[in-house]
Amino acid sequence: MNLVLMVWRQENARAQGHMQRIEAKDISPDMSFLEMLDVVNERLTVAGQSPITFDHDCREGICGSCGVVINGVPHGPQPGTTTCQLHMRHFRDGQVIVIEPFRARAFPVIRDLMVDRSAFDRAIAAGGFITSPTGSAPDGNAILVSKGAADAAMDAAACIGCGACVAACPNASAMLFVGAKVSHLGLLPQGQPERWSRVHAMVAAMDAEGFGGCTNFLECAAVCPKNVSPDFIGRLNRDLIGAVFLARPRAATTDAG
Amino acid sequence: MELKANLPPGPLHTAWERHRFDLKLVNPANKRRYQIIVVGSGLAGASAAASLGELGYNVRCFCYQDSPRRAHSIAAQGGINAAKNYQNDGDSVQRLFYDTIKGGDFRARERNVYRLAQISNHIIDQCAAQGVPFAREYGGQLANRSFGGAQVSRTFYARGQTGQQLLLGAYQALSRQIAAGQVKMFPRTEMLDLVVVDGRACGIVTRDLVSGAIETHAADAVILATGGYGNVFYLSTNAKGCNVTATWRAHKRGAGFANPCFTQIHPTCIPVTGDHQSKLTLMSESLRNDGRVWVPLRAGDRRPPGQIPEAERDYYLERRYPSFGNLVPRDVASRASKAVCDENRGVGPSGRGVFLDFSDAISRQGEAVVRERYGNLFDMYERITAENPYKVPMRIYPAVHYTMGGLWVDYNLMSTIPGLFVLGEANFSDHGANRLGASALMQGLADGYFVIPYTIGSYLAGSRAGSASTDNPQFGAAKAQVRERSNRLLARKGKRTATSFHRELGKLLWENCGMARTAEGLKQALARIPELREQFWREVLVPGGQEELNQSLETAGRVGDFLEFAELLCRDALLREESCGGHFREEYQTPDGEARRDDAHFAHVAVWEHRGEGQEPVRHTEPLSFENVHLAQRSYK
Repeated sequence: MNLVLMVWRQENARAQGHMQRIEAKDISPDMSFLEMLDVVNERLTVAGQSPITFDHDCREGICGSCGVVINGVPHGPQPGTTTCQLHMRHFRDGQVIVIEPFRARAFPVIRDLMVDRSAFDRAIAAGGFITSPTGSAPDGNAILVSKGAADAAMDAAACIGCGACVAACPNASAMLFVGAKVSHLGLLPQGQPERWSRVHAMVAAMDAEGFGGCTNFLECAAVCPKNVSPDFIGRLNRDLIGAVFLARPRAATTDAG
Repeated sequence: MELKANLPPGPLHTAWERHRFDLKLVNPANKRRYQIIVVGSGLAGASAAASLGELGYNVRCFCYQDSPRRAHSIAAQGGINAAKNYQNDGDSVQRLFYDTIKGGDFRARERNVYRLAQISNHIIDQCAAQGVPFAREYGGQLANRSFGGAQVSRTFYARGQTGQQLLLGAYQALSRQIAAGQVKMFPRTEMLDLVVVDGRACGIVTRDLVSGAIETHAADAVILATGGYGNVFYLSTNAKGCNVTATWRAHKRGAGFANPCFTQIHPTCIPVTGDHQSKLTLMSESLRNDGRVWVPLRAGDRRPPGQIPEAERDYYLERRYPSFGNLVPRDVASRASKAVCDENRGVGPSGRGVFLDFSDAISRQGEAVVRERYGNLFDMYERITAENPYKVPMRIYPAVHYTMGGLWVDYNLMSTIPGLFVLGEANFSDHGANRLGASALMQGLADGYFVIPYTIGSYLAGSRAGSASTDNPQFGAAKAQVRERSNRLLARKGKRTATSFHRELGKLLWENCGMARTAEGLKQALARIPELREQFWREVLVPGGQEELNQSLETAGRVGDFLEFAELLCRDALLREESCGGHFREEYQTPDGEARRDDAHFAHVAVWEHRGEGQEPVRHTEPLSFENVHLAQRSYK
């Protein structure tokens, strides 16, 4: 099949970007979207032009590296699918495909389609963990976890941290990402001791990074390649309210004695 | 090159405990004076960096990805083994040890493997405490499933995303240490050389992948946890960025490279569709619990699977290996698939494929049960192939997956360069000639959480903190070499991209050093690789510059290293004149086509020493002695 790509090109974070028109001829419908970009890049390189920069790694939909906006939709037209797993059979011959980076204030463009998502790492570092120093754990079966809780925690933990939720949100909110982590850990008995301090810290970090607030558009869940449920945003909000009433700030609970 | 394995003497089952007592300690107040570099942030790297940070060391951790959470451990699907015996089905540390030694075709050290089996149980405890959402029974206990090469159910799992969940656990522990200031993280940074001063590893040279800046970092010890070299075959189940550069550079600086020819071909991957293919996708081995592998009985039978009656199907694994059936180890299953395809009984457009059929499991247990167990894998299969595996059998074929070979390490996980430690897939230590399913996650986390925190302390206790400095001229020299090599790649402005060379190298290796190897084929590859390498350096086209984000330059640097490493891989395969595990030499097989080991001449680790550019490397050996298991022809019949 023959396609016309309109691709966002931007030299570096400070440069002005622009759309470039690139013809992609003889594309096989069995190619993945990124393999199509590989072919385009090989041709650009041999023609003496600069290849398109984009993040990618595992190419099996789990590392969360890849992700571009395809015709206005993060990760493109197939629901529940990362860019690397999207195949060209979902496009038609002659189609114009507009390819842009994930756009959000908290995700500055590094080059072309590559953005800086380190804000997510800082949100996790703020509290997205269970403090469990190596060697201190009791036997794996000492703390029972109901199957329902384990399954629901797994649903939340399936998030791959790609950032499509932020790119799709009109407010560039990270509520689905943060909600998924707060829920994953908060649903498990092991996560209870830090449940309230965690939600405080992660929401504060999210705000500090420049993500917007949630106004229930639910675009995030519509584009999530792992189908993480927007119910976890509700859970995040409930935990935040709980934290306000139930949790004293960390310093007040520390025994200074 | 001296190969001192430092194996603790005495009885096997108390060896690690006694060894730990004999290791020197660093007192808590002194730990903060030591600097440790960890390269790689997968299961081994992240767990090591987090644990060492918790102990109070100053850690710097480097990864080429944009976040440590993206390391390729994340793609491991099936599970992690442990000898908990929660199923009451006869498992024990001894049995996990035995299965792993036998699964590795008796080419691993007994003492390392026994330690791994002992530690396995602590890993499950640690991960459950971190909040890894393992699958549970209705009573709340941890659930298990079966995996290849074992007759007990000892595999713990989190749907088909076990690697993801274990890595996120380690990443979150690492993130806690980053927030605490104990670990400084350097994402989008690639290690391009190791710096050795007075025979000790004391730092690395890196390239900042965003700015292009080449930098040096000094430390009291360096840990490599940079994964395997499967991408030397171009097509593999590895992530696109996985490479041999860190371990190869360390090898060229003096670290012995052990058993490079021990590569694992995984039997259940989605078949290749065309030349555009950039990687291969694994379908978890756990699928063989419920899926039955078959091909048509008659050669050249091209009917769709639904039209082939039961009597005209050959369930060849069940036929050849009645006691293990579809759960034979990976090397055995892969070779059996190749054999039936060589007989022109393969399926799919290319004829290089076999069916993995779930219709029996679906009619026995219902689609809902199968969906709960494997739903994400079935969805992934359908996305890639546009076929619904609930309705038609999957088509699968073997693909390069894991590399058992790696940098040689002693019992303390230290390489032949003092101060350079190697963890996880990057080392050679525990899997012998073939790794069993669900054992890679176990080894990566064992090394990072429960071995290195003890052994590195003993090394550091014997060295003066802060003695390494980037002011040393060795750092400047290494940095200049890295820069010069990049400039050479950029200056060539030839006609072919680095990827096209990589693809050609991959084809050459797959044909001559893949599932079946012969002396003749290996000699041909050994003649061709230097030509290809020379052509690469003459004709490669790398656009862009050094001082900028340049993915083409990153790729070209890695391909350049693969072109050197490939020669060592084939050389090792040629000189190991036996078949064992993933290394199958056609000249050495039993009458019924099974691997024939030669314990009299090859019950050893082959360790290669680099002697300089253009010089033949030297092959050293570390003999393997088996005092606790009986060396036997591996049988899964």
